[in-house]
Amino acid sequence: MKLWNKLMCYSRRHSPWLFHMNSGSCNGCDIELVASLTPRYDAEQLGVRLEGSPRHADILCITGPVTHNAVKAIQTVYGQVCGPKAVVAIGSCPATTNVFIDSRTLDGPLNKHIPVDVFVPGCPPRPDAIIQGVAKAAEILAERGMNPPKTELSIAAVSAEEVQP
Amino acid sequence: MIPDTNLINALARLLIFPGLLFAVPAAWFFLWVERKAVALMQGRVGPPFMQPFFDFIKLLGKTTPPRSGVAGLLMRAWPLIAVSAAAGAVGLLPVLPSSGGFEGDLILLLALLELPSMCIIAAGFSSRSIFGEIGSAREAVLSVAYNVVFLLAIVSVAASQHTFRLEALAQLPASPLRWLGVLAILVCLPAKLHLNPFSLPNAEQEIYSGPMVEYAGPELAMWELSHGLEWVAATGLVATLAAPHITLVWLAALIFVGLMFAIVLILSTLASATARLAIDTTVRFYWQCTLIFAVLAISSALFMRFRS
Repeated sequence: MKLWNKLMCYSRRHSPWLFHMNSGSCNGCDIELVASLTPRYDAEQLGVRLEGSPRHADILCITGPVTHNAVKAIQTVYGQVCGPKAVVAIGSCPATTNVFIDSRTLDGPLNKHIPVDVFVPGCPPRPDAIIQGVAKAAEILAERGMNPPKTELSIAAVSAEEVQP
Repeated sequence: MIPDTNLINALARLLIFPGLLFAVPAAWFFLWVERKAVALMQGRVGPPFMQPFFDFIKLLGKTTPPRSGVAGLLMRAWPLIAVSAAAGAVGLLPVLPSSGGFEGDLILLLALLELPSMCIIAAGFSSRSIFGEIGSAREAVLSVAYNVVFLLAIVSVAASQHTFRLEALAQLPASPLRWLGVLAILVCLPAKLHLNPFSLPNAEQEIYSGPMVEYAGPELAMWELSHGLEWVAATGLVATLAAPHITLVWLAALIFVGLMFAIVLILSTLASATARLAIDTTVRFYWQCTLIFAVLAISSALFMRFRS
């Protein structure tokens, strides 16, 4: 049983499947996320696969400052990802709403709505940073799989040390 | 009481070689070769060697969405049926000299090879997702398109040599007609395995992952495994028809595996070098261009049969 748990932990760390979601982003972070899968950065070496369906994914990658329209969709998609799961907020927008702060069309930042595990700051962040963020999220995911949280994660569990305004 | 050696033989085939103990690692290996070949063609390093295994284990550890009622039950059943059919098809391949039973029965093998794609169609429709339904419809059309050629090719090979037993076919000396048949089967394999020029049912840029869109966790793991086993069974069928007949058991097995590997490599390279065709182009390709092959093969087979 212990060996099986170890294997499961290792497998979770080495096979993060992503679902990419845009919550009103300017498309800058989206192309950087896609760039991290291209030959130059090749995130598939870490087992990363960009999946079409949130049901298949382990890690939810969200870009954009969260518009009013996107809130419901984010919550639906977050619910559709099967556990154990982790969330990566890509770019400065989902972390702080960035230059769009105080806009009347926004309902950000992202951690008001769902628990975020890793913030990857930058406008846009470099693909290397995104890959590092995904790798970190995969580690968090593996730990969470071993000790599943008793209740739904609260926002207090968010690791905030990476946020740079 | 001494157990029947035939029974032990049959069980060993189904469970060890070329059955489950060989087929499951081979399925993961072929899935890795597929991804690695695409990566190398694109100038990437690609996934590590154990990647499909890690994916499988990880998917086993995920939760599945709650499903209720008959539809939920069916959705859970389809991947299991697909895996067992594909595994059974691999177990039927006559790699080693056999001793009767179902071993190498071509008709059963074809039925088992067809079952996973039936399951995919049913799974897409029972998921009731619009993407799943589109994917299933495409899979159904694709299956009608390539199966005409695929079945005609196999029937022509079988008819030309007067037997429907794969083992007897493999032992007979290869005629030019059989090479024609093998070529026609090879042309059908990309469609059967949903590889790139014909990857319509799981076209991820258009319909997410098609029939699999609602599957998660262990169920998805079973679909991945059944896809891998389909790789093994389909390439194994071609390898059986193309391999020279050798009495040395280990050499026969080695040549068999080597041929399978070569076919996987060719198909993956083709997949990474081509773009996806539209459904009408695909159907036209199979019904207009490739059908000529099959008709040629079967008519010459019948001609040879009447002459002999």
